[in-house]
This record gives sequence, structure tokens and C-alpha cells, in this order.
Amino acid sequence: MCDTCGCNVTDANRHLIEAGGRHAKTESGSEAVTVLQNLLSENDREAAHNREHFDRHGVLAINLMSSPGSGKTALLEASIDALKSEFRIAVIEGDLETENDAARVRAKGVPAVQITTGTACHLDAHMVHQGLHKLDLDTIDILFIENVGNLVCPASFDLGQHLNVTLLSVTEGDDKPAKYPVIFRAADLMLVTKCDLLQVLGDFEPARAEHHLRHLASEAPMLPLSARSGENLDAWFSWLRQAVAEQAARIARGETARPSIQPEGAQLHAHTHP
Amino acid sequence: MHELAVCQALMDQVAAVAVREAAQRVTAVTLQIGDLSGVEPQLLQDAWPIASAGSLAAGAALRIETVPLRVRCLACGGETDASPNRLVCGDCGSFRTTLISGEELMLKNVELERAATGDAA
Ligand SMILES: Nc1nc2c(ncn2[C@@H]2O[C@H](COP(=O)(O)OP(=O)(O)OP(=O)(O)O)[C@@H](O)[C@H]2O)c(=O)[nH]1
Ligand SMILES: [Mg+2]
Ligand SMILES: [Zn+2]
Ligand SMILES: [Zn+2]
Repeated sequence: MCDTCGCNVTDANRHLIEAGGRHAKTESGSEAVTVLQNLLSENDREAAHNREHFDRHGVLAINLMSSPGSGKTALLEASIDALKSEFRIAVIEGDLETENDAARVRAKGVPAVQITTGTACHLDAHMVHQGLHKLDLDTIDILFIENVGNLVCPASFDLGQHLNVTLLSVTEGDDKPAKYPVIFRAADLMLVTKCDLLQVLGDFEPARAEHHLRHLASEAPMLPLSARSGENLDAWFSWLRQAVAEQAARIARGETARPSIQPEGAQLHAHTHP
Repeated sequence: MHELAVCQALMDQVAAVAVREAAQRVTAVTLQIGDLSGVEPQLLQDAWPIASAGSLAAGAALRIETVPLRVRCLACGGETDASPNRLVCGDCGSFRTTLISGEELMLKNVELERAATGDAA
């Protein structure tokens, strides 16, 4: 989003600028100034800056989102074990408190920066910017950003990532995409985690979770897997390999990518400034 | 909740407008919030007095217009109403749709009182 090219103008508000111009008198005699600016435009600017950093250094940045305890860090640990010799991996960890997750990742032998957000229930682009300058981006192929465990707030803040991966663990129930549409709609990939527990639970239907995801007008693939048993992790690794290859191809063409679900305005933006 | 962070970003924008327009006081602020913006209007209302306290906008009314969800179908071209967890085409049922409106998180306008300039205009 930006505020100079008109990409904030949607069908819902276009008439405001076409009809009355920017200034108008109100009934009480005070002056009404039309602004039409995205409330998070400052965050979005910083996110675009982060994305430039990533692209300039050939980094693929992936934002992992889920509720607390869905298995984000466990998936990272398993992925690092399997892919450490193939890709240079680093992690930015977002948590309200503690260095625990960064310590778990470092124990796997890859760099990790912990961001403790204190009271903020999400990462924002400024926090990630501080984190990325603590990493040597030239030595990184994939940067995972593990967001604060929360199914609501992280979805509103662009961090500069290229792709969003949303995790849903089987113990949370298969209706979560219907209950938290904003975050699941933002997913480029939905991972159904802890599938080793499917047998024990008995009432989580992956097909039902996918059905709810499709109702969000999402064509994102859904992958069931288990970091514990290793089941289907290969499919996740293949997805990652493909994403790394696509990022390299985009950089060679001088292009970038944002997570697939974009507001109308942002698509317009991409057209006007190729 | 992230509504306080959103409200602080709003306050920064309102303050910038007030300075640019040489306003003495901000009397009202109007937002457009879509059903899929990820922001709860009531939580914004609750956060607004905290975010605006001690500023030119202290005491200003916060008006929130909600924007309905509309989708355009990539299969049949139809434009229909939708709900946050049902964004499929209302005409043909296809899930290949794009959002026309409903993601807005927008500062629409700011009502303000200007400093007297002395001009008799
Ligand atoms: N059975 C099973 N348990 C798992 C799996 N993955 C993670 N867990 C367990 O789930 C709990 C939470 O896992 P984490 O990886 O810490 O989850 P997280 O999403 O990183 O948690 P936060 O960062 O606190 O939001 C731990 O006890 C893990 O051992 C899995 O595939 N199967
Ligand atoms: Mg974790
Ligand atoms: Zn920088
Ligand atoms: Zn249709």
C-alpha cells in the first residue's frame, strides 16, 4: 500500500474523492479533510524496506503463524535437521517473553535472533527490521520468522516476508479456519501439524479443515504432517525447495513477491509500478 | 490485542494531518473498517481515548463506518455479498474469487478547527 498512487482507493470509497474533493465544511462549521490513508501504512513502508533487504541479499523470508503451541518451533527444529546441509537457514523468533525458542533453534546449529515483544501480541515490520540487522543476510538462503503464537493479531502486520505459512495443530479442531478467517486466508500454505495424534483424537477431519479453507476463497495447498513422527515432512521440504527456486528466479528477473492474498489496492499498486 | 497499536498508528496520522492543516483542534475522526480487516471496531473505540489523550485530538469523536464484504468471481464474473468465513461466489459457488471490499483499515477523514489566521475570508 502507498498513499501517493491511489492504491488505497477501492470501490467502496472512490466516490469520496471523485465527488467532493479533499476539503469540505461540516454542519458545525469545522473543516473535514479527506485523508484515505491505510492505518498501517507506516508499518507497510517498513515492511517494503525489509523485503528490499531480503531480495538484495537473495533471502527467502517465510512468516510462520499459528496459535500458541501449534508446533512452529518443533517444525523448525525438524526442518533444520533435515535441510541444514542443503540450505543456509536462520530464524527470527517472536515471543512475548523468554529466549527459549531462539535457544532451541541455536541448539540446532543455525543463527537465531529472539525478539521479545513484551505486551505486543504480534511482530511488526519495525521489530523485524531490528532483528534482520543482527543477521548476516548474505549467508542466509531461508529466513524463517516465527511470529508470536496468536491466531488474530499477526495477520494484520506485513513484515516484509515473501510467504505466509499458517499452522493448525490437530488438537485445536478442524473448524479454526472458519473461526479465524483473517489469518487462514492470508496463508500461502496451511500445515496441519501433530498428525501423529490424529488416531488418538479421532474427531479431526483434515478434509473438513480444507473445506473451511476453500470457503475463504483460498487455493493454498494444505499439508498434513508431524514433526514428531516425521510423517509427510518430505512434502513440506519439497514445497520449501520450490519456494527457494521461485525466489531465486524472481530476483534474477528483478521482481519480488508478497504473500498471495492481497487487497485490491495492493494489486492495483503492482500494476502501476511494475 | 493489536487494536492499541493500530490506534497509535491512527493517532500518528491524525497528528500529521493536524500539523499540515495548521489545526488548533481535531473534533472528529472517521475510519472505514472492513469486516475482514482483522480489527474489532469496539476495541478501537476503547483504545481511542487512551491513544489520543493529551493530544490535539483529545476528546475528538471516533466514527467508524463498517465496509461490507463483496467478492468478484473469477469463474462467472458475478459480484456478490460475502461473509468473513464464506468468501465463495454467491452466484455459482466457485471459491476462485477476489475481494472487492471488506479489508479496509482506513483513515477516511479528519474534522478540525483551524487556527484563526486574521484574514477576513
Ligand atoms: N505429538 C506431537 N507433539 C508435537 C508436535 N510438534 C510439536 N509438538 C509439541 O507441542 C508443544 C508445543 O510445540 P512448540 O514447537 O513449542 O510450539 P510453538 O508453536 O512453537 O509454540 P509457541 O512458540 O509458544 O507459540 C511441545 O510440547 C511439542 O513437543 C508433533 O508433531 N506431534
Ligand atoms: Mg515457538
Ligand atoms: Zn534497513
Ligand atoms: Zn461465480
